[in-house]
Amino acid sequence: MSEKLLNWDEVLIGGAIKDPGNSKNYETGSWRVERPVWNPDTCIQCMFCWVYCPDSSILTNEEGKMIGIDYDHCKGCGICVEQCPSKPKSLKMVLEAEAKGKTEEELRKEVFSK
Amino acid sequence: MGKKVALTGNEAAAHAIRQIEPDVIAAFPITPSTPIPQAVAQFIADGEMDTELVTVESEHSAMSACIGAAAAGGRVMTATSANGYALMWEMLYIASGMRLPIVMAVVARALSAPLNIHGDHSDIMGGRDTGWIQIIAENSQEAYDGLIQAVKIAENKDVMTPALVAMDGFNISHAIEIWEMEDDKAVKDFIGEYKPLFPLLNTDDPVTHGAWAPPNWYFEHKMSQLKGLLAAKDVVAKVGKEFGEVFGREYGLYEAYKLDDAELVIVAAGSVCGTTKDVVDKLREEGQKVGLLKIRLFRPFPYKELADALQSAKAIAILDRVSPAGAQGGPLFNEIRSALYDTPTRAPIINYTYGLGGRDTQPIHINSVFDRLKKIVETGKIEKQFDCLNLRGEWR
Amino acid sequence: MALLNELAKKKEGLVSGHRLCPGCTHSVIMRQVFAAADTDKYDIVIAAATGCFEVSTGLYPYTSWNVPWIHTAFENAASTIAGVETMYRVLKRKGKVKKDIRFIAIASDGGTYDIGLQALSGAIERGHQFLYICNDNNAYQNTGNQRSSATPFGGSTTTSPNGKVKFGKEQPRKDIMSIIEGHHLPYAAQASPSNWRDLMNKVKKALDVNGPTYINVIEPCTTGWGFPPEKAIEIAQLAVDTCVWPLYEVENGKIKINYKPQKKLPVVEYLKPQRRFAHLFKKGNEHVIEEFQRQVDEQWEWLLKREECGL
Repeated sequence: MSEKLLNWDEVLIGGAIKDPGNSKNYETGSWRVERPVWNPDTCIQCMFCWVYCPDSSILTNEEGKMIGIDYDHCKGCGICVEQCPSKPKSLKMVLEAEAKGKTEEELRKEVFSK
Repeated sequence: MGKKVALTGNEAAAHAIRQIEPDVIAAFPITPSTPIPQAVAQFIADGEMDTELVTVESEHSAMSACIGAAAAGGRVMTATSANGYALMWEMLYIASGMRLPIVMAVVARALSAPLNIHGDHSDIMGGRDTGWIQIIAENSQEAYDGLIQAVKIAENKDVMTPALVAMDGFNISHAIEIWEMEDDKAVKDFIGEYKPLFPLLNTDDPVTHGAWAPPNWYFEHKMSQLKGLLAAKDVVAKVGKEFGEVFGREYGLYEAYKLDDAELVIVAAGSVCGTTKDVVDKLREEGQKVGLLKIRLFRPFPYKELADALQSAKAIAILDRVSPAGAQGGPLFNEIRSALYDTPTRAPIINYTYGLGGRDTQPIHINSVFDRLKKIVETGKIEKQFDCLNLRGEWR
Repeated sequence: MALLNELAKKKEGLVSGHRLCPGCTHSVIMRQVFAAADTDKYDIVIAAATGCFEVSTGLYPYTSWNVPWIHTAFENAASTIAGVETMYRVLKRKGKVKKDIRFIAIASDGGTYDIGLQALSGAIERGHQFLYICNDNNAYQNTGNQRSSATPFGGSTTTSPNGKVKFGKEQPRKDIMSIIEGHHLPYAAQASPSNWRDLMNKVKKALDVNGPTYINVIEPCTTGWGFPPEKAIEIAQLAVDTCVWPLYEVENGKIKINYKPQKKLPVVEYLKPQRRFAHLFKKGNEHVIEEFQRQVDEQWEWLLKREECGL
């Protein structure tokens, strides 16, 4: 989202922000060099990736189970992959350049069939 | 109805605070303002006011806690002096930048070094650009009245800016004067209820206070803040008038004392104005056209009104109770001279530093100022633009 | 503590879109804090000190906070929250605030061990009800990794660099826990985001205590410490397993060590993966590692002895 630059007489006084959690509108996904790719087939739903993710980028459903990765915000730090305890790992890092133009499904197949 | 009391300036401030009854006070003792938090603590201990006193470990924390408390969503006050005010300095900018209507009594005192606990304006003048409203009281009555008005001024929705009311250390803070204390309820009715704008404690509507602003936002915020401070000028006048209607003592942005036709004029702020008024009265009896322009509102500086008030003057002396510290003159001198530049008058203006660190300023000294002005008018020559009053040895 | 699946259902207090470095553990710690907080029982209000975490999560016009949050300056998270908490007590008493609220102040080691120590000490002494969390990343990271009193012995920072004649910081870390304990507060603990269950237990406990509480959390800093971002949690775990960062709590003056490594690893395991200690592995600096180990052993022995004696 490109932020709307308000004039001096339009800003809220005191620099207050009345829109809690609006940083979600700011996408940090573009910072990524590598991205984690998730394999639900081997995932044991331990949620370690969720508890260790610095960018709240492990998507969950109403049962609190992992359903994917928020690529708009994931900065590609790789902690989730490092901490994934399943054998084989259910998360792997891939270069962004390699991920370009591929659907998540395609990428998943490619990465986890290796 | 109010009643006449004989109490010190500090007690006047303490009683104003008791009657305002803020939700939170955070304060740290420092001479000469210490008796204020002391008295407040006693009022609280005796159940005479429903306020929490946070006995912080420094003035920096005093202002920090005031900011936290004010952002939380209630009425907040404090008091300090000199080095304490200086220690708050960082937080003074933050209080005004966050638009929190904190009200502070400042018992003005000299700053070290050398250490000196007595009255002068080094503290408040040092902090004149912190974005606070600054009102300077001449005496206990004005300190008391000023604090009550300051609450209403600071909390005005167009202003929402912290305000301080200054009185001179010892000259006022520790001197017993007779002044009028109003009824508790009348004071409460006058200031009314406080409605915070974005209270932090409203967890249903979470607000972020104090985010940092990058270059593409900071400027806009500072100018928005300035608008609030400037709006205080009209509000000070309005509240001063309302105060007069309710309590019989009306206040303006400044006080013009025998100024209408005055040719020799002193401009000053604080307790020295009392002495000056006596001298003006005496000289007027002798038929001299002398007068005093007493500064009440120093920030925002009502430059236009003050310049207008000085148009009859043929020579002006500005008294600053602070060292000019390398500027062309004291802050008051510079402000007034600048204000007059846009007006027709080209009356000569001189500047005195007086009263540093509690040095006495007596009628004889004020007389010498009028004598100097008289000579300037007679000769058309300013021999000395800057001089000192009651300094041992001639300043050169 | 609930299962992670249960915790993952909760609304997050801190959201994404913040500008922390990839692999920064500030947000990991904070997310664990929110997960631990019993938000059915109370709401959370936060005061933050100036620092990486603050500038990354409150950058106008964006905020990553879903709860009320205030930042004022660097040295005063404790006095700011003291003011907020005091106002809460007043307005609660006066019936103007109905909710139950718990207060958390967050700062890093610079704002805690150094410039903020006075404000913290004062706030604890006065007994405000708040949890102070120090995310200890061992240096002034926001200004570019300058030494703090929390920087470890031998650690290289931009103001305690190693060089031809210096081996980095020449002093051991300030023992902040002992200083905090000296206030005889009801609860103080040391935790690590690697041991999330332990950290969450401590946060929950601290928030339930009536009075000031303190948790010192190791906050591995990929940028300042010099390790690959994916290793952040591993580094924290190594700090715990080498006893560089013992996990313990002090409840009403009594210590409990929450984790005793089955095999206490040598400190080199912790030092080796970090650039800030790389120079220690050069010839001639063996004595620094030895001294580092000695300091860690001494502290660990002391904690064990304390526990043994029931102190």
